[in-house]
Amino acid sequence: MARQPEPARSDLSSPSAVLSAADVTRVVDRMAHQLIEKCAGAGDDAAGGLADLVLVGIPTRGAPLARRLAARVEAFAGSPVDVGAVDITLYRDDLRMRGVRALEETLLPEGGIDGRLVVLVDDVLYSGRSVRAALDALRDLGRPRAVQLAVLVDRGHRELPIRADYVGKNLPTSRNQSVRVRLAEVDGVDEVVVTEGEQ
Amino acid sequence: MTLLITGARPYGEDAADILVEDGRIVAIGEDLAATGAEVVRAAGLVALPGLVDLHTHLREPGREDAETVETGSRAAALGGYTAVHAMANTDPVADTAGVVEQVWRLGQQAGLVDVVPVGAVTVGLAGERLAELGAMADSAARVRVFSDDGHCVADPALMRRALEYVKALDGVVAQHAEEPRLTVGAQMHEGDRSARLGLTGWPAAAEEAIIARDVLLADHVGARLHVCHVSTAGSVEILRWAKSRGVQVTAEVTPHHLLLTDECAEGYDPVFKVNPPLRTDTDVQAVRLGLAEGVIDAVATDHAPHAVEDKETEWASARPGMLGLEQALSVVVATMVETGLLDWRGVADRMSARPAAIGRLDGGGLHAHGRPLAPGEPANLLLVDPGTRAVVDPAALASRSRNSPYAGRELPGRVVATFLRGVPTVLDGKAQK
Amino acid sequence: MKRHLLEAADLDRADATLVLDTAAQIDQALAGREVKKLPTLRGRTVVNLFYEDSTRTRISFELAAKRLSADVLNFSAKGSSVSKGESLKDTALTLEAMGSDAIVVRHSASGAPHRLANWVRGSVVNAGDGTHEHPTQALLDAYTIRHRLGRLEGVRVAVVGDVLHSRVARSNVRLLHTLGAEVTLVAPPTLLPVGVGSWPAEVSYDLDVVLPKADVVMMLRVQAERMNASYFPSAREYSRRYGLDARRMGALGDEAIVMHPGPMNRGMEIAAEVADSVRSTIVEQVGNGVSVRMAVLYLLLGGAPS
Repeated sequence: MARQPEPARSDLSSPSAVLSAADVTRVVDRMAHQLIEKCAGAGDDAAGGLADLVLVGIPTRGAPLARRLAARVEAFAGSPVDVGAVDITLYRDDLRMRGVRALEETLLPEGGIDGRLVVLVDDVLYSGRSVRAALDALRDLGRPRAVQLAVLVDRGHRELPIRADYVGKNLPTSRNQSVRVRLAEVDGVDEVVVTEGEQ
Repeated sequence: MTLLITGARPYGEDAADILVEDGRIVAIGEDLAATGAEVVRAAGLVALPGLVDLHTHLREPGREDAETVETGSRAAALGGYTAVHAMANTDPVADTAGVVEQVWRLGQQAGLVDVVPVGAVTVGLAGERLAELGAMADSAARVRVFSDDGHCVADPALMRRALEYVKALDGVVAQHAEEPRLTVGAQMHEGDRSARLGLTGWPAAAEEAIIARDVLLADHVGARLHVCHVSTAGSVEILRWAKSRGVQVTAEVTPHHLLLTDECAEGYDPVFKVNPPLRTDTDVQAVRLGLAEGVIDAVATDHAPHAVEDKETEWASARPGMLGLEQALSVVVATMVETGLLDWRGVADRMSARPAAIGRLDGGGLHAHGRPLAPGEPANLLLVDPGTRAVVDPAALASRSRNSPYAGRELPGRVVATFLRGVPTVLDGKAQK
Repeated sequence: MKRHLLEAADLDRADATLVLDTAAQIDQALAGREVKKLPTLRGRTVVNLFYEDSTRTRISFELAAKRLSADVLNFSAKGSSVSKGESLKDTALTLEAMGSDAIVVRHSASGAPHRLANWVRGSVVNAGDGTHEHPTQALLDAYTIRHRLGRLEGVRVAVVGDVLHSRVARSNVRLLHTLGAEVTLVAPPTLLPVGVGSWPAEVSYDLDVVLPKADVVMMLRVQAERMNASYFPSAREYSRRYGLDARRMGALGDEAIVMHPGPMNRGMEIAAEVADSVRSTIVEQVGNGVSVRMAVLYLLLGGAPS
């Protein structure tokens, strides 16, 4: 791919952003293309493979991300994709450390997830604990044919044997940095920011 | 034995020395001297006549785990008392000459205060038939105050007979004024707080109705009536009315009803459960004024020791009652003296002279109580440092029990010394036995 | 959130709303699932300490704790050391030593949960104490009202019956007031506490005047034995003046609902055709009780306060 000049930053983006709004859009588009390719490879044709697919976001930011991915897949492949969300709060193993938080929405497509290809969608992949909690939650919700993982940013430092099938951007970081993904639906702006100091 | 107390202020007035010989005060004046006398320096301390309590529960016989005559006597001496009336609701009940004499002898053996037994009005406090009041009056204990305290003599006919009968004994019936049908299951003062806390209410009217009835009866039969632990503004009104009509009625108020309100029930700590219950601020103000005015004659502690297991429970299962002997004077200083409602002569009147008169302890002789600080009188007196303030620590109390409602409260007035017929029972704030 | 839930006043508006929202999310998360169990409180121990028989409340708490994967111990006073005279404090210290993280307590003495809270490190949840409070009942009632009517602010709730002896009434008055509803207590004067005037509620002696304006009618259980203590002359007279029958139900607005904390005295405070009508939320209340109690246990036990 030819290297293109960096597009003008959105005025709302922070100067420290490692991904601007335009970058986020481009990365999501690329992930949508990868999904279509893989699913097409799995099914008889692209549309057939996509009918099998459910994009399940992990709130907070995985949920709008899943909806965006679904919209792009539909735009590129011409067939609609089911979307859902699974709240993992009640499945976390760090309640004693981090205290209680408000629960978020769990929403599955009509007909559930049995026998389908579930792609979990999250904003940042770090320790892998959120994904483990999401896998536990999925187990209580049904029995998918297969489960894959899509993340906007993989920042490394896994604590569990978990890897992503689709990665928007690999972002090598140190443990005392924090990575924040902001999305317009939640934060009013699209960007990815790295700051020093633990979150 | 000769004792010279130097520099004390009798009744909080001008400093003077007090010379004591053979159990009596022999002189009060400036620069007294006596060779070989034991000297107690009392500069800055207020001297008062030894206090007299009309209402103490010493728990012996029966509940020696909560208090004994000896531990209760020590608590009394530390509080500045030289005589206490021991209530009759022991086990066995003090309703015979045998039991009252036993209590009286235990008091003599302890030797810290004069323990004056109260006799039960009815057999077993059951409210059904009169106990042998005459036998108790004629016993060595010389009982003059009769009370079923803890229970009301609710039957009006029985109460009338009791009032009449004790006239022949120069006695008085001390009534626990509580209409039992109005206080079934009652846990605290009935009002806003009981409604919110879900604790069954003890209405003021249950006390006032009995007082109203009894002053009418006392008037009718021309007998003496004493009302225990007056707790409501309405009761003060009724007593004022009765006294204005010349009814021979006297009344007492407890230290806790002078200081604490039903707010203490928040949190459900049964150390604040007491009968009659802590009332409202309006009632507290009314009983203070009643005491200042003399409508209420005396402060009486209703010292009610309870074992830990009887208080460390749910509110409803806890026994009612709280300690009082060791903090009574401090509470009176805080609520009556520091507020300007009583001077020290007033304190001596309400805590010594009048209660002694009600109990008929104020006759002549060396064994009298409630007598003024004057030459020739028995040397029953206390020295109090009115300026010292201290936080009450239940663990430091002499009582065998720990149910003090004043725990953690700062109160003024430290009793430095107490003398019973010239013998120090307390010196430097420490019991001498 | 405070560490304990002893009375409705422990919840400010934000806390109370958080409990209701959490219950709603739990409901939604579990809706239609085969596995109605969440791993949230794995390894935590919840003790149901019941000094009064109350199978309904106990199984509701038990189910709530089990659905959150907590270990549940049922400690009932009957046939245990308690009936042999062990004090509440000793029982509390025993449970504490066994490592209980929360004690759900039902007791006939008002304030017993407050005492318990002084003696244990874990959380204490009041499951009904004497004639004081029953805060989770009020939470499930508020949840039910919000679910049916879509709001609590400005909702007019008539609480009818034996207010004097009712812990449900005390908790509801406080909580519904906190959440912006307007409560009217309806009872004969004998069944209203002296001091009710200080509560954040209106008081009426006349049910027929109150009903047409009510969005919610909450009927309280009235024990017929109360007439022996002259709280009212007879069950028949009580029922005639304060019972909710079909005729009175006709006076309600179209959307109004009828609630009862159970167990009901059919024919006494509520007629059978009212209890079984579409306005009645009585069965729904039971189901909502589990969700609300899950929310309470999660919020009290989920972890350190954030």
